[in-house]
Amino acid sequence: MPAVAETLDTVESLTQSGYKWGFETDIEMEIAPKGLTTDTIRMISAKKEEPEWLLEWRLNAFAAWQAMEEPTWAKVGYPKIDFQDIHYYAAPKRPAPKSLADVDPELLRMYEKLGIPLKERAILAGVEGAAAEAAIPGSSNPNIAIDAVFDSVSVATTFRDSLAKVGVIFCPISEAVREHPELVRKYLGTVIPVSDNYYAALNCAVFTDGSFVYIPKGVRCPMELSTYFRINAKNTGQFERTLIIADAGSYVSYLEGCTAPQRDENQLHAAVVELIVMDDAQIKYSTVQNWFPGDAEGKGGIYNFVTKRAACRGARSKVSWTQVETGSAITWKYPSCILQGEGSVGEFYSVAVTNNRQQADTGTKMIHIGKNTRSTIVSKGISAGKSDNTYRGLVRILPRASGARNFTQCDSLLIGDQCGAHTVPYIESRNPTAKIEHEATTSKIAEDQLFYCRSRGLSEEDAVGLIVNGFCKDVLKELPMEFAVEAQKLLAVSLEGSVG
Amino acid sequence: MLSINNLAARIEEKEILRGISLDLPAGQVHAIMGPNGSGKSTLGYVLSGHEGYEVTGGTVSFEGQDLLAMEPEARAAAGLFLAFQAPIELPGVNNANFLRTALNAIRRARGEAELDAIGFLRLARAESKRLGMPDDMLKRNVNVGFSGGEKKRNEVLQMAILRPKLAVLDETDSGLDIDALKIVAEGVNALRSPEFSALVITHHQRLLDHLVPDRVHVLSAGRIIRSGGPELARELEANGYAGVVGEAAAA
Repeated sequence: MPAVAETLDTVESLTQSGYKWGFETDIEMEIAPKGLTTDTIRMISAKKEEPEWLLEWRLNAFAAWQAMEEPTWAKVGYPKIDFQDIHYYAAPKRPAPKSLADVDPELLRMYEKLGIPLKERAILAGVEGAAAEAAIPGSSNPNIAIDAVFDSVSVATTFRDSLAKVGVIFCPISEAVREHPELVRKYLGTVIPVSDNYYAALNCAVFTDGSFVYIPKGVRCPMELSTYFRINAKNTGQFERTLIIADAGSYVSYLEGCTAPQRDENQLHAAVVELIVMDDAQIKYSTVQNWFPGDAEGKGGIYNFVTKRAACRGARSKVSWTQVETGSAITWKYPSCILQGEGSVGEFYSVAVTNNRQQADTGTKMIHIGKNTRSTIVSKGISAGKSDNTYRGLVRILPRASGARNFTQCDSLLIGDQCGAHTVPYIESRNPTAKIEHEATTSKIAEDQLFYCRSRGLSEEDAVGLIVNGFCKDVLKELPMEFAVEAQKLLAVSLEGSVG
Repeated sequence: MLSINNLAARIEEKEILRGISLDLPAGQVHAIMGPNGSGKSTLGYVLSGHEGYEVTGGTVSFEGQDLLAMEPEARAAAGLFLAFQAPIELPGVNNANFLRTALNAIRRARGEAELDAIGFLRLARAESKRLGMPDDMLKRNVNVGFSGGEKKRNEVLQMAILRPKLAVLDETDSGLDIDALKIVAEGVNALRSPEFSALVITHHQRLLDHLVPDRVHVLSAGRIIRSGGPELARELEANGYAGVVGEAAAA
């Protein structure tokens, strides 16, 4: 049997056997009845004790959503979603913990399974002196703060005090609505309007929680901010909402990483992330996405319809999106940058892996509005099995964007002969001084590469892992160090199926 | 060490090896010479387990094991190494990382402890220095952007680090200048011991001046048509293959 065919066999047999992180935590839930009406929205808003303006905002979004059609332009296929067959609110039954010591032990065991480092678990568990111990070099990385989203309610937030000292706000967005209403009201929905697109409108109407970050002027956030998302309740769509504001001259690095339990029903996930960056400020936003991709036939995986957009409002502001996407049955995601401020910079580094029946349609939009704005796009798509992997990108240079520059590199790697790789780049330049470069390659893992590695003693799985990681290196090096290792492992697991 | 008995192999429908028999005792270096298309490289690939070649007959025993029944990586773990005629490029894969992964895979398979990054780098730097190679070769991506000579030297470096019991060198001398040729020969000579054997596939006498073989075999149309001592290589150099091949055909 040719080596590649054998690899595919191995991958198939192993991915059928189970999803490594497919477990479900047994915590009592409070669930809203299925279906979406204005009553559902009023109930969510009331549960969260929201102000009247936010309820109005949600209802407006709901009205907009009802008038919209589900988009069909992406190269993905799935059975029609019955939006009335979804629970829109699920919360752990206990009241939101007032302190970390109140965190459910079951939840802490889940963190352990997710591989959250010991020190962070200790802090999440509220162990006395855990934060101080965390500062000891080598014990773990002391420079990561976590806001954990467990289904719809943020149950624990760490490092609040040390962040508060420098004026950084990092909390669940529902809390920010209560504690910092002026900031939320000023920025929420200003990057992605309520009627931006079908899924974003749905999110605006029913979002339950997510993270809020505010970095004050001139502050360099002293640690990585990290959110572990997790979808847990059966058949509960999760609609996170994230809002990050980097005020003038500030810097923050933010990471989201996700895993999800195995189940049969498809799960809808429609998050919205808005970033706002002022003069000379920078946001580095990294994602490692590993939601349940479905079984070998594509059954039961997550539908991931996400809207992520950054507004580079200030001069010389900068946003870097880095994503490693290995999970979900369907990925529909285009983290974008509106480069408004003069000399602002947008970057998009992406690795998207699809296997079995997974479908990914992902890319970015770089909208150059300001003078001398620059953008870089590096996209690495890896397709295996019977999957489809599409890069879809837009580079738009508006008339005022003199001296704008873009560099785009799109590479596709195919494993086997039953998968698809597609590149759909849109380029619109309305300023003659703009410089746009686009490079694209498509390659296959060659039999002779595998043989060369194996003749040196590497197993076929190790060889594939090495070659794939080599292919993705330009993107992986953009990830914060502690997550780059995790991402490499994830790539290996996704493709080699070294499960268990 | 290596015992090949009546080995036949084909690629797709084309017969390449038509019954090769050869005994390579431990501690010896044998040269395989012959004109283009005689099956020299095929022999190397079949020995190391390339799946593009189908073995249609014969046996190969390596230290008493049935070599043909083993996966390529198991052959490497057992101590076989093939230096490629055209080494393969692995874009984005760091040479040192590649070599350490390979070495540790082999060590694991042999039940030996793995080398950590520091231990490995110490070993790799020492070996590359001994072979007169620049340090940056370890930092570059495997064979990417290497000149022909650098690729061959990289194969010798891999061999020096992986320390095989049996090395098959497939025209490692081709395209090398005389200095590089010496380095390759020294690389093999340094490994010479009663426990190490090598099968050196070459076109030219040149390499054999520096790497004196115990035996020379002449391959033609998939068969060994003559075997002899080192003097056979010089005879070939003087008279060309045509003479030897013609002689065999006439005999």
